[in-house]
Amino acid sequence: MGNTSSMLTQYDIEEVQQHCKHAFTQQEIVSLYQRFCQLDRNNCGFIPSDEFLSIPEFAVNPLSQSLLRMLDGFNFKEFIAFLSAFSPRSTLQHKIEFIFKVYDTDCNGKVSFDDMLTVLRDLTGQYMSEHQRKEVLAQVLEEAGYTKDSFLVLSDFMKILGNSDLKMEAEVPVD
Amino acid sequence: MNSSGVLKSSSSELDLDRPNIEDYLPSGAAIQQEPRGKLRLHDLLDISPTLSEAAGAIVDDSFTRCFKSNPPEPWNWNIYLFPLWCFGVFARYLIIFPTRVLVLTIGWIIFLSSFIPVHFLLKGHDKLRRSIERSLVEMICSFFVASWTGVVRYHGPRPSRRPKQVFVANHTSMIDFIVLEQMTAFAVIMQKHPGWVGLLQSTILESVGCIWFNRSEAKDREIVARKLREHVQGADNNPLLIFPEGTCVNNHYTVMFKKGAFELGCTVCPVAIKYNKIFVDAFWNSRKQSFTKHLLQLMTSWAVVCDVWYLEPQNLKPGETPIEFAERVRDIISTRAGLKMVPWDGYLKYSRPSPKHRERNIGS
Repeated sequence: MGNTSSMLTQYDIEEVQQHCKHAFTQQEIVSLYQRFCQLDRNNCGFIPSDEFLSIPEFAVNPLSQSLLRMLDGFNFKEFIAFLSAFSPRSTLQHKIEFIFKVYDTDCNGKVSFDDMLTVLRDLTGQYMSEHQRKEVLAQVLEEAGYTKDSFLVLSDFMKILGNSDLKMEAEVPVD
Repeated sequence: MNSSGVLKSSSSELDLDRPNIEDYLPSGAAIQQEPRGKLRLHDLLDISPTLSEAAGAIVDDSFTRCFKSNPPEPWNWNIYLFPLWCFGVFARYLIIFPTRVLVLTIGWIIFLSSFIPVHFLLKGHDKLRRSIERSLVEMICSFFVASWTGVVRYHGPRPSRRPKQVFVANHTSMIDFIVLEQMTAFAVIMQKHPGWVGLLQSTILESVGCIWFNRSEAKDREIVARKLREHVQGADNNPLLIFPEGTCVNNHYTVMFKKGAFELGCTVCPVAIKYNKIFVDAFWNSRKQSFTKHLLQLMTSWAVVCDVWYLEPQNLKPGETPIEFAERVRDIISTRAGLKMVPWDGYLKYSRPSPKHRERNIGS
């Protein structure tokens, strides 16, 4: 059956490339489109966040819940824009922005102590008690010059993560 | 974690059936649990490894690949290929297909007119009745295979009727069963289906001795395990055929085998089936088409070509757990049929991993 009957034209591909600032090559976009069609099983033009949970590898990822929040109701352009942070061609700034968005649960541009605690909780699960988590987080924040009540904005994230080589990539299979 | 109310209880199944799934999952720890002093804010905030894994799973994952049916690529239509193909379509749909339907109908008539009398008249002579019914089932399966012009090559010694042995095979479509049944009348364990297939199951397959299960029943597993054990002990029963993957996979991969068949304490004879996609893809993508449509697709293509290998019987090695045994047999079958092994439970097609599995992933 396959959905490549709804083929992308060259114009579509170029438009999408513009949208994601050339983070992907044209071949990668075609592969991602096939993937998108595979996930969009009802052919409605967008992927319900539920569908991502049917990928076992994704569902067992500790951050799947936070990511699902960001992934709701994506059409193809948004899907590509989302994944563009994982392209080897995207900038460090773009990647840091993405990480910031994962932390910023209420999308108000500020990451609070609680936001960071939530992500830490997802990542450590039952291996740390809530008390330990709060302690570690508070301690580490203080060492970096922040307090428990400070809100981190994007520029703070840039400062903290900026001078490291962030390895955040996912390879798009191109056959 | 429910997925649209289809399956609720499989998390316990996943627990018992799967060996250490976290061994297969890439390790996702983003935080080093070092004593204070070494941990910096930078380390805490850097969730990039975990995010990369998540993105990798979104872009491509080994589980969905098992159930992907690749659409045919467009051909180069030119002045001679296109008319040839049109002629082919004409031949397939208007000449070959009606002939096949006719052959199948004749087969059914012969079958029913022999089966029904034998079934009722020979009530008292069980042994004779069973052996006639067996041959009749083999016959109708041959008719089925002929109706899609099945070209099947069998390699290896034919299955023997001995007690305390089970046959396991990889699963691509319901026709696997028919292809194997035409050689030897197996008893089979199947999911009960609705519609005309269910009718066939409850009447004809009963005669070769079949066991039903229901994926959506939690308690079902114990009942089924008991029935399996009873069947295998009986000397008179037909050899039992089990598809341990539990679901149809696209004949390029194998998903994990359920251990039920491997803890019965008997010899396991692996059977590998590989379909040649040259004329038609025999993979039944149950999410995309009903079995009837699938069958019609097969009947309107030139041929279904496949190879069946009957492999060397295996026994549980001393010190081996049933799960290791299952994996070993899966390896044998996959190697023979040229399939890649993936570490996923086939039932994940019908349900979602529970939060417990996410917890386990954190620890690695």
